[in-house]
Amino acid sequence: MAGRGKLPDAVASDVSRAADDKNVHGKEGFIAFGRLLASDFLLAHPLNLPRIVITGVGLTAPNGNSLAEFRRSLLTGVAGIEWLDVRYMGRLLAGVCHYDALRHQNKKEVRVGTRAGSISIWCAREAIADSGVAFEAFPKDRIGIYIGCTEHGNVETENEIFAISKFNYDTKYWSHYHNPRTVANNPAGEASLNLGVTGPAYTIGAACAAGNLGLIHASQMLRLGEVDLAVCGGVSESIHTFGIFAGFKSQGALATNDVPARASRPFDLARNGIVVSEGGCLYTLERLGDALARGARIYGEIAGYGVNSDASDYVLPNPVRQAECVRKSLANAGLAPADIDIVNTHATATLLGDIQECEAIRAVFGEGCPRTHINNTKSFIGHCMGAAGALELAGNLPSFDDLTVHPTINVDNLDPACALPGLVLNAPVKAARVDTILNNSFGMLGINSTLIVKRFVA
Amino acid sequence: MTNEECKKAVLDIIADIAPDEDLTNVKPDVRLRDQLQLDSMDFLDIVMELRKRHGIEVPEADYLRLASLDSCAEYLTPKFNALAAKS
Repeated sequence: MAGRGKLPDAVASDVSRAADDKNVHGKEGFIAFGRLLASDFLLAHPLNLPRIVITGVGLTAPNGNSLAEFRRSLLTGVAGIEWLDVRYMGRLLAGVCHYDALRHQNKKEVRVGTRAGSISIWCAREAIADSGVAFEAFPKDRIGIYIGCTEHGNVETENEIFAISKFNYDTKYWSHYHNPRTVANNPAGEASLNLGVTGPAYTIGAACAAGNLGLIHASQMLRLGEVDLAVCGGVSESIHTFGIFAGFKSQGALATNDVPARASRPFDLARNGIVVSEGGCLYTLERLGDALARGARIYGEIAGYGVNSDASDYVLPNPVRQAECVRKSLANAGLAPADIDIVNTHATATLLGDIQECEAIRAVFGEGCPRTHINNTKSFIGHCMGAAGALELAGNLPSFDDLTVHPTINVDNLDPACALPGLVLNAPVKAARVDTILNNSFGMLGINSTLIVKRFVA
Repeated sequence: MTNEECKKAVLDIIADIAPDEDLTNVKPDVRLRDQLQLDSMDFLDIVMELRKRHGIEVPEADYLRLASLDSCAEYLTPKFNALAAKS
């Protein structure tokens, strides 16, 4: 519970000021930049920043609409890939979510809004309910919504162009909803409207690293005292745009397989590309002091993170920079590679990308990490794009409790170039200890993110 | 087209753009916004759907003529009939 080491002068000054304010204002002591209590610094992480914990999870994945369903699917080998009719392209493989949108939206909200907005609302409502926070009474201006997206606006733009094509491309038939549907903040904005949240609500564009970035940015905002509760993670509506399928197909990176459940196969010699999926996963994050004060269930603690850029290519990954990102996250968390129990890979089942990530992991973890397990969640659900990082973390969080590591499925013949020690193939394994999860998510234009979550220990 | 058929055409549009509303007892002489949850974007939807489904243009200066079902019928029925006569 106690702080780790001496507080920096500036922080110590704030603690003192907060303590003074506490005397004046009672329990709700404020300092200049937000509601940071002295106790938040006493419950500080190694850099003397407030510790941030996960207190709620809301998700929709192609193979489950709650953490329990999702986890059950991952432990019993249930993939969530199916055939989907895609405009201009025909029947393609995709990960499709089947949540009940009308649980949290009325029909008009579904009609007027976007799929990404609807997924955001579902995940946010489910996460808040799961957290047990007294939401109705919670000051809505002290809640932040930070949602990672790979892209946004393509779905609606394609729909509108298709619609006016029926009217000889006369733009007087262009929808007046086009702009509110396609602004980059749409998914977070729709969630703020639905929830009545008046604090900051915006999206973070970071290609397929975006899900992790949602959590990382939220942690930073909580530590700065900008908000007291963060709803954060990532969402994707990408399966509703033909462009993403066509783009991957043109790159030679779109998966094909006669059997949908076998289509997403990272690390397998027969892998042939990405299965595009939709999905979403939002968490509630809080400062540890607040979570403890209300007796919240704590799923895990944000241990550290790394974010960097390749600065080398539009689409090709860079294993040197990926390794740097992983090392950066370890340094930020104050952990050594051998301290990591699960590495959840980003691998998307492209020929080159999988090998390069394995090269990066090998460079950091080498052969000296006997207790480190390595797995991949995309083998079940395909690539959920902006939601990927957040969903894949969720798929592994229960490992803290059940000491089980979900596998990478569909590996019939392991590519020797991907044969990492500790790779969990095709069936779950029991682990003697799961105290840390390291989650990789990388994206186009060379954005890399690594997030480490650890078991909460007071 | 009769006035009643015109009102039904308008109600069919409203049923799609306001799917949560109960339209069984819409009073024809009362402003639509006073009895249904309709905002300005919804009215733009009505205008757009009249254009898309029926080829009817409603200039902005005439938007107030769509206030109630009765005023819709009074304003739109001649337009429907003029279009029918052309085709």
